[in-house]
Amino acid sequence: MDTAFSNEDLKFQSEIRDFIKTNYPQELRDSINSKRKLGKELSREDLTAWHKILGKHNGWSAPSWPKQYGGAEFTPTQKYIFEQECAKAECQYIMPFGINMVGPVIYTFGNEEQKAQHLPGILSGEVFWCQGYSEPGSGSDLASLKTSAVKEGDYYIVNGQKTWTTMAQYADWIFCLVRTNPEAEKPQQGISFLLIDMKTPGVTVRPIKLMDGTHEVNETWFDNVKVPIENLIGQENMGWTYAKFLLAHERSGIAGVARSKKAIERIKQIASSEMSYGEPLIQDPAFKAKIAAAELELSALEYTELRTLAKDSAGKGPGPESSLLKIKGTDIQQAVTELAMEAVGYYANPHLGTTLSNEYVGPDYATNLSGTYFNFRKASIYGGSNEIQRNIIAKMVLGL
Amino acid sequence: MNFDYTEEQTLLDNMVTSFVRDNYDWDTRCNIVKSEEGWKEENWKQFAELGLLGVPFDEVYGGLGGKSTDLMIVMEQFGKGLVVEPYLPTVILAGGLISKLGSEEQKNSIIPEIISGNVRCAFAYAEPQSRFDLNDVKTTAVLNGDDYVLNGFKSVVFGAGMASHLIISARTDGDQRSESGISLFIVDTKSDGLTLQNYPTIDEYRASEVIIENLKVSKDNVLGEVNMAYEAIEEIVDISTIAACSEAVGILQVLKDSTTEYCKNRKQFGQSIAKNQVIQHRLVDMMIEYEQAKSILYMAVTADLSNSDERKKAVSAAKARIGKAIKFVGESAIQLHGGMGVVDEYMVSHYFKRATMIGVLFGNTDYHMKRYMTLTQSGISSSDEAISVSVT
Ligand SMILES: Cc1cc2nc3c(=O)[nH]c(=O)nc-3n(C[C@H](O)[C@H](O)[C@H](O)COP(=O)(O)OP(=O)(O)OC[C@H]3O[C@@H](n4cnc5c(N)ncnc54)[C@H](O)[C@@H]3O)c2cc1C
Ligand SMILES: Cc1cc2nc3c(=O)[nH]c(=O)nc-3n(C[C@H](O)[C@H](O)[C@H](O)COP(=O)(O)OP(=O)(O)OC[C@H]3O[C@@H](n4cnc5c(N)ncnc54)[C@H](O)[C@@H]3O)c2cc1C
Repeated sequence: MDTAFSNEDLKFQSEIRDFIKTNYPQELRDSINSKRKLGKELSREDLTAWHKILGKHNGWSAPSWPKQYGGAEFTPTQKYIFEQECAKAECQYIMPFGINMVGPVIYTFGNEEQKAQHLPGILSGEVFWCQGYSEPGSGSDLASLKTSAVKEGDYYIVNGQKTWTTMAQYADWIFCLVRTNPEAEKPQQGISFLLIDMKTPGVTVRPIKLMDGTHEVNETWFDNVKVPIENLIGQENMGWTYAKFLLAHERSGIAGVARSKKAIERIKQIASSEMSYGEPLIQDPAFKAKIAAAELELSALEYTELRTLAKDSAGKGPGPESSLLKIKGTDIQQAVTELAMEAVGYYANPHLGTTLSNEYVGPDYATNLSGTYFNFRKASIYGGSNEIQRNIIAKMVLGL
Repeated sequence: MNFDYTEEQTLLDNMVTSFVRDNYDWDTRCNIVKSEEGWKEENWKQFAELGLLGVPFDEVYGGLGGKSTDLMIVMEQFGKGLVVEPYLPTVILAGGLISKLGSEEQKNSIIPEIISGNVRCAFAYAEPQSRFDLNDVKTTAVLNGDDYVLNGFKSVVFGAGMASHLIISARTDGDQRSESGISLFIVDTKSDGLTLQNYPTIDEYRASEVIIENLKVSKDNVLGEVNMAYEAIEEIVDISTIAACSEAVGILQVLKDSTTEYCKNRKQFGQSIAKNQVIQHRLVDMMIEYEQAKSILYMAVTADLSNSDERKKAVSAAKARIGKAIKFVGESAIQLHGGMGVVDEYMVSHYFKRATMIGVLFGNTDYHMKRYMTLTQSGISSSDEAISVSVT
């Protein structure tokens, strides 16, 4: 047991720190901050600018990818340090759909042409991906999905509807689970993994507003969409295997420990400015206790994540234990957004950034904190709900 | 022991229920909250016609002489419909202050106008530094001849943009946090010296920042005795807190019932998701939280509110306990709806948001826990002492 950083790790840490300091654009920081404050959506440029910068630097946009595909291939410790430093500096996070999700599927199960066609754009951040798994009738029960793909000559003809498609409004490509064999014995056996160009005729994206008023998710419709058969990943009807591989990857990124740490730091700052009973809120025993509780939970999770990372360094990919990271990580994210909202008292009320509110009210740090709390209710639902994650642990880990 | 409504209360309950049913279907409500004004004058006129605006006022001024149970009935049904018209700010908060402190002349001139629907009021008390402390007042009022001159800033004043009049708390004496030295002033919202920045709230109500610069208020428009307003403010905010709790209980009922329905109907893995025991238990716990919330509300409503110690204890107990129920029932409702829970176009998120913001209104759970503890644990009465001795 040894958790101290080696000299090399420390050198790596200062390298990352310096890189962020000199390369993270101030305009990006300003643009994102001003939009966040007003509850406005980030633009595609906001979401990808930092990704693009990292993509030009030793594959840092893809910390886990093997060097052979242009990734950084960081060690678990380096990955951890990298995450920490990016979060501390409040760098915009990298959208997961390309780097964490479809990228690993393509380099693990895709053919050479697919790797050559897609990996460079994912790595550089030039190509924006989204995830087409869920459907209106198939959320937790993903394997019941109905979107069909019927082979006709050199094409699959795709029909159906995906929903909750995050950032489909910016996406160039979508990776989809589609039904290629409706007669399969088990529903899981008739599913294929298809890459679809969003510009193909017949693809329609309709916005869904979340409860804080933001536009993050969409309905994505497919009406006789012609998809070249070259866009099939791996084998037909084997999509479920790839999908599950991807879901485990999705979950491990989801813990967000470093970002929650930063968020707690921020709450402490806010609570030092806010007054309660004539004293700074940070002195209030009840509030202090809640901050401490969040910190303890987070410390434990940090070590749980490190233990998982260390185990994972054999390169086997995360197992069902990643469900634990997802459950606790999102619990903490939600607790932290709630504390932040609570810290600002009545200034949780103003809803800025709507067509009805052009003026800017309340302290700077207070804007949109309730919006964030409401928005983050999603975290225990997406990526497989926390109930489903518990079912996975019950079955796969505890053998129930 | 009897928890049934009287005949009159049942009539009131039926009346408000049918108002909500007939005038506040979901689409209508969505249009109201999206409108520039954020409320509907026609609804206000209906409130007046139905006598709702007179519920708590003395019969002498044309009111119905209702009690806290009557206000509970109105607010609970408003909660079920997420009614956004400024009933609480006007009738209960400002109306309560005027009834409590107003001179005969003031009461005769304002209360009938509120009851007939011509006047809407809001109470501007919170300030950026005050959080939930009603005694923390920096806004000043200085006597100059026959007028007071007010300067200061009031934050998140609910319903101010819809109001014809504001009641403003200001310091006429003492330091920032002293309970004595606070006075109340009634002013026309269009007065020179008042600037309102109106905005929507996250739960689709309306509030305003109120900037007060050399606002002149005649001595005649002081409400109650100069320097002595604090106790009345605390009392009326307590009464309003019960009203807010009543609204919350109405909302929680909708959240609990609609989530149970949703889980019965939503199918995944070839069966209704309500077949999963983990979901059943969560629904059961939501039901238990709702029942506990309703019970503590009844406790507060039936407490002797004329006894200030009992009132404060009861109100803080209710607000803190209901705050806990709001969090559990609200968050569970969203969780059990899955993706449908977090979208704007489906009802459940709107109920959740309103309930959550009621959790903040007039002091959040921590605030009322602390107030309750201070009231119940600072001076242990001799009988309490006897119990604690026998236990240890
Ligand atoms: C903001 C957001 C972004 C998303 N982004 C994407 C995306 O980019 N791409 C994509 O494909 N999908 C995305 N999703 C979809 C997400 O994966 C689904 O919402 C999720 O899988 C839940 O499905 P559902 O919404 O249909 O809920 P349901 O499956 O209907 O579940 C409703 C409730 O029942 C519970 N439940 C269901 N089955 C069981 C069971 N067997 N045991 C116990 N409890 C159960 C659930 O936990 C939940 O609480 C996103 C969702 C959200 C909210
Ligand atoms: C102090 C004490 C006094 C008692 N007095 C009496 C008495 O006077 N008369 C009498 O007849 N009995 C009495 N009991 C017995 C009591 O009713 C049983 O202990 C109880 O019904 C649980 O049964 P069990 O102990 O066999 O546990 P089990 O039934 O084996 O349960 C073990 C655990 O599994 C859970 N569980 C079981 N089935 C389900 C399910 N379907 N869904 C979800 N969870 C489940 C239980 O909640 C429990 O947590 C007493 C027990 C105790 C501890």
